Amino acid sequence: MNTLTATEEIKGLKDFVTFLSRELKPKGKLLTPFNVISASLILLGAILVLYRLVKGMGAVTNLSQEFPWGIWIGFDVMVGVAFAGGAYVLTFVVYILHSDKYHSLIRATVLNGLLAYVFYAGAIFLDLGRWWNITNPLWGNKFGANSVLFLISWHFLLYMIAEFVEFSPAIAEWLGMRKLRKFLGSLTLGAVVVGIALSTLHQAGLGALFMMAKGKVHPLWYTEFIPVLFFVSSIFAGLSMVIFEGTISHRVFSDKISHEEHAAYDEMLVGLSQGCAVAMFVYFFAQLLILIHGWHWALLNTAMGWWYLVENVGLVAIPCLLFFQGARYRNLLVIRTAAILAMIGIIINRLNISIIAFKWWIPFSERYFPSWMEIVITLAIILTEVWVFRWVVNRMPVFGKPPAWAEETHS
Amino acid sequence: MGIDRRTFLKGLGAGMAVTLPGSSLLARNLEAEDIAARKEFSGVLVDTTRCVGCRSCEMACAEAHGMPIPDIGDTSALDTVRPTSVTQWTVVNRYKTDKGDVFAKKQCMHCNQPGCVAACLVKAMAKQPDGAVTWDTNCMGCRYCMISCPFDIPKFEYDSAFPKIQKCSLCWERLQKGQKPACVEACPAEALTFGKRRDLIEEANRRIYGEAGKYVSHIYGEREVGGTGYLYLAAVPFEQIGFRTDLGTTAYPEYSKGFLYSVPIVLLLWPAFLIGINTITKRKNELQSREGGKR
Repeated sequence: MNTLTATEEIKGLKDFVTFLSRELKPKGKLLTPFNVISASLILLGAILVLYRLVKGMGAVTNLSQEFPWGIWIGFDVMVGVAFAGGAYVLTFVVYILHSDKYHSLIRATVLNGLLAYVFYAGAIFLDLGRWWNITNPLWGNKFGANSVLFLISWHFLLYMIAEFVEFSPAIAEWLGMRKLRKFLGSLTLGAVVVGIALSTLHQAGLGALFMMAKGKVHPLWYTEFIPVLFFVSSIFAGLSMVIFEGTISHRVFSDKISHEEHAAYDEMLVGLSQGCAVAMFVYFFAQLLILIHGWHWALLNTAMGWWYLVENVGLVAIPCLLFFQGARYRNLLVIRTAAILAMIGIIINRLNISIIAFKWWIPFSERYFPSWMEIVITLAIILTEVWVFRWVVNRMPVFGKPPAWAEETHS
Repeated sequence: MGIDRRTFLKGLGAGMAVTLPGSSLLARNLEAEDIAARKEFSGVLVDTTRCVGCRSCEMACAEAHGMPIPDIGDTSALDTVRPTSVTQWTVVNRYKTDKGDVFAKKQCMHCNQPGCVAACLVKAMAKQPDGAVTWDTNCMGCRYCMISCPFDIPKFEYDSAFPKIQKCSLCWERLQKGQKPACVEACPAEALTFGKRRDLIEEANRRIYGEAGKYVSHIYGEREVGGTGYLYLAAVPFEQIGFRTDLGTTAYPEYSKGFLYSVPIVLLLWPAFLIGINTITKRKNELQSREGGKR
């Protein structure tokens, strides 16, 4: 029923090596359409990454002096990190509020969060023109501690460690290391507390990056409350991702999930939907207050104003209502539709602030639009993450129950 | 008898009394000197009414920094408004205004509190004590300085595998040797004046009041974005010669200060708050399960 591995305890290095070499081999059919397409895209992406490293960023990207940040920041990092917010929200619900109902979602969500940070925040590496200096903010004698980006770089690193600690019991269970499992399990609450504090700050911090872009971000989007809006929106962005990812995972990995869990899952979706609805309502209300206080009414009847309404009415207010309705009538289709709309809204919002409403006065012909190579590399990053996710899920107890010896009495 | 504790302490106290004030006084003096030196930023006053658009400054800049020398005989370059670039740290543009053609030199403004310096997470961008804003090679190439510069000055070498940020450095190397910036030295029309910022503002005001009606009564850069090292005088409103007049007088680093101040507060209060909730809900669950057991 599940991925119970290493049932017999591993004694000695030799056992360990045979176990690892067995586990490293692919499980299941290799030549599926998904595998073939994704593998070729990943290969192409890898070649393009090499090309970018040898030839410089201009050879691969459409970035310019006017638009220094493109989709590798605006989409990969900004959106990727917002979608990874599910991990801190769910750990808060399960470990801090002790709402055990959602416990079975924790591992997949934390794994998703961890991989999102490794891959999407890792996309920063590609975007750094002088990538060989990437460790400068971590050690050295010149800390730009007044920089929002300094805070974010440290938080990304620390949060990745926290997420790894939160997920590590699953690795110990996979390896059959009982003592290690017990020790790692005892670290979870600490990692959760630290992880939530870090998430609060760097989710908001990604928005705070644009505080000094005053005069460059369209006044309908530029507000001193961007950090607060980024934080609140990361709550429903993360939860919508949990709904979306869970819907797919429950089909793809359905063999790993028991019948009772399938039934309980629908119950959880309703709960998550309520959470999303409330967070989105708070977010929408905040946007409304900011609009009213900003006296930007006149701007609404411009092209950018209509675009603003598409984002905040079509992709915030409407999914918010759908989440309320979906939860009320326990309609999973409505909930899933709302989740997808909310996710599109997040993508549009982050792209608006970093690219579309950025220097909105520049004519269309001179604006930044990603090159096909930027898009392929982004797709390759997403697909690599999916491969790693699948590899882990097929080996470690993520969706299924942990082995009997590790049945936890979590704190 | 030797020395007892009291005399030892007395001696120690006396010794400290002698050495401490001296050293602390010295320290204080150094600090004061430091602050005075820092506050007295140098800058350049650009009088656009004097600029003749000869572009000698462009040429001098290129020569001083080993960049391709522009052909200043070719006046067609003035037909379009050019931004600074990775090979041109300064450019002169021609603007059609109410009072005919006006030339305006553009380069890094050397803000008193630069957004780019606050943005830099490795202090590759630095505000030097004499006022120059400079770039160093420990830069990561993240281009956050470009996002944060209100004047869009830092330029990035996208076409290089080893890219640099290129921008006017106020000829910092020359300033160290007691020389003026190359552009100032090259200007044949005395449109550029190098000096301490305070003196330049005085000189600018003197010109505004001295020749009534010649200038608009505004020194661009005196208050813009918290004050800049480059200061401009003009006969026409500044928006007519390519300046943004909507930037406000707040220094750009101030805009992200609110968020940065919240960081230690969140990091201190959030964990305590979370652990508190954790304890409360745990207790609640225990009570509930005990009641459930009775049932």
